[in-house]
Amino acid sequence: MNAPAYNFAYLDEQTKRMIRRAILKAIAIPGYQVPFASREMPMPYGWGTGGVQVTAAILGPEDVLKVIDQGSDDTTNAISIRKFFGKTAGVATTTSTVDATVIQTRHRIPEAPLHGGQILVYQVPIPEPLRFLEPRETETRRMHALGEYGLMHVKLYEDIARFGHIATSYAYPVKVNARYVMDPSPTPKFDNPKMDNCPALQLFGAGREKRIYAIPPYTTVVSLDFEDHPFTRYRFDAPCALCGAGDSYLDEIVIDDQGGRMFVCSDTDYCEGRQSAGHRGSESAAPHKERAHG
Amino acid sequence: MYVAVKGGERAIENAHRLLAHERRGDRDVPEISLNQISEQLSLGVDRVMTEGSLYDRELAALAIKQARGDMIEAIFLVRAFRATLPRFGTTEPVDTGAMAVRRRISSTFKDIPGGQILGPTFDYTHRLLDPQLAEGFSPEVPVTGEATTTATPRVTDILGRDGLIEPSPQAAADATVGDLTREPLSFPADRDLRLQNLARADEGFLLALGYSSQRGYGRNHPFAGEIRFGEVEVEFMAEDVGFAVPLGAIALTECQMVNQFKGSATEAPCFTRGYGLAFGQSERKTMSMALVDRTLRARELGEEVFAPAQDEEFVMSHSDNVQATGFVEHLKLPHYVDFQSELGLLRKLRKEFAEAADVAPMKEAAE
Repeated sequence: MNAPAYNFAYLDEQTKRMIRRAILKAIAIPGYQVPFASREMPMPYGWGTGGVQVTAAILGPEDVLKVIDQGSDDTTNAISIRKFFGKTAGVATTTSTVDATVIQTRHRIPEAPLHGGQILVYQVPIPEPLRFLEPRETETRRMHALGEYGLMHVKLYEDIARFGHIATSYAYPVKVNARYVMDPSPTPKFDNPKMDNCPALQLFGAGREKRIYAIPPYTTVVSLDFEDHPFTRYRFDAPCALCGAGDSYLDEIVIDDQGGRMFVCSDTDYCEGRQSAGHRGSESAAPHKERAHG
Repeated sequence: MYVAVKGGERAIENAHRLLAHERRGDRDVPEISLNQISEQLSLGVDRVMTEGSLYDRELAALAIKQARGDMIEAIFLVRAFRATLPRFGTTEPVDTGAMAVRRRISSTFKDIPGGQILGPTFDYTHRLLDPQLAEGFSPEVPVTGEATTTATPRVTDILGRDGLIEPSPQAAADATVGDLTREPLSFPADRDLRLQNLARADEGFLLALGYSSQRGYGRNHPFAGEIRFGEVEVEFMAEDVGFAVPLGAIALTECQMVNQFKGSATEAPCFTRGYGLAFGQSERKTMSMALVDRTLRARELGEEVFAPAQDEEFVMSHSDNVQATGFVEHLKLPHYVDFQSELGLLRKLRKEFAEAADVAPMKEAAE
């Protein structure tokens, strides 16, 4: 039988070179979706194969990797991807936002500000911000080429006419470097301002859709809005029940069947950092590392 | 007091251990071997090789075993392995006209040179469950005969001699064959890429699309010109030695559909082609593929494009079951963060709606 032997960080060097070329092009044209020959990865499409390929292509032996899903290092898919790189690349892994050199994320941007030299890799399901307005790739590519974004503004306007607000709460479209309209991946719009003028390099990988795009460090990223209906962030108006933070994005946790709710930081590293610095919330307890079973 | 949810790592390990246990099933029942799968579930192996794009019966059997018989999961396993293999080049085109035929039928001519050969087929079996098969059944030895030395030319080649069917498109000798596993797909796609996409496409998806075209959504009056199944030689042009080196034989099923074409201002009416090819014995797959190949040629042949089966971007973007299953099943992953954002928006909109409803009746009363 053909026994498989795998390269550092799984992908062969040929493939890594192809992906790096796409990444370089993406950095050169901020917000532009570069087609690349996405490979079949050993995890399913839609589960982060784009992010995994980007991470595999940029990872070096000295890198320190952090993987989060929903802001947390402990969600199952984050663990699975972190273990994949621990196994195939043998790189150091961390849960600390500050210590990581490469952070792969799904659905969140960490609360702690990113610094120069870091790379944030986003997993992207549908890279095309215009997809739900125009299903055809041939059309949307033309619209981007011509900078023809009227359709998107009409959609936002219709939201306001109908609901009184822009009814997009996540994957909120942005304009990058005053040129391309870009999908920030399904992060809550709370995170949008963090992309603007960010010192870290932001890379976006969509495996199934075979696209890579990028925001180079210190690039202008503007959330689409209107003068009389400016962009607003949303977070549930409460402090975190564990660390008392009043500025972090919160997960809503159902605690009983009587309508009981509590709200805690979605960014677990941020929350734990605050707790160990002595901050307390209404439901504080020492964070348990691993619950003992049997 | 609340303890944040943790412990995913151990949960994953335990889940995989439980999966391995369930895969094995009752340990008093003998374990199934790869040979058993390859020999006795051979059409399943053929499908996994075809949609997995890798001709290796043993690995396909292993994938089926590992996937507990879930075909799409097995195809996925084979594809993920295939993606790590180096690519040496492309073989010479296989000559299906020279196929060592095990089955070969035409529904357009009663008799054809080389004859109609039914071969191993479910066709004309009565679908009655057979209790004999449940255990220890030893089937009769098949009837054998003298192999004919008569050539079995392809039916479309016979039609082609009279110009009744369009010539098979010939690529330039030095033209490279596209490979959508190595280059990102863009539209419009050439026929080589379309056929590659269809060959890898989900059998059920193609079946439904082909069926829809028969029911009027992009109809093109097909006849099964010929379906043949058997072994063909694979040859590779070795630059070092300067001639084509035989690599071995593979089993293939080929289907050539013959379809109507009314002609245009510049072209006389003639039959047109729809083509299907798959590893092993995969008749449903190749027939569906041939129907869809033909419907996708609508634009090229100046036909009106209105049905899903004629829409290249629709068909090619949704035909891959590994992509489709991944994206559908990714809905199992956590979406708390976005859902929380949606909850916030919905609560706000409902609050405003309720406030507006409270105000509205008073307004009416005032008027």
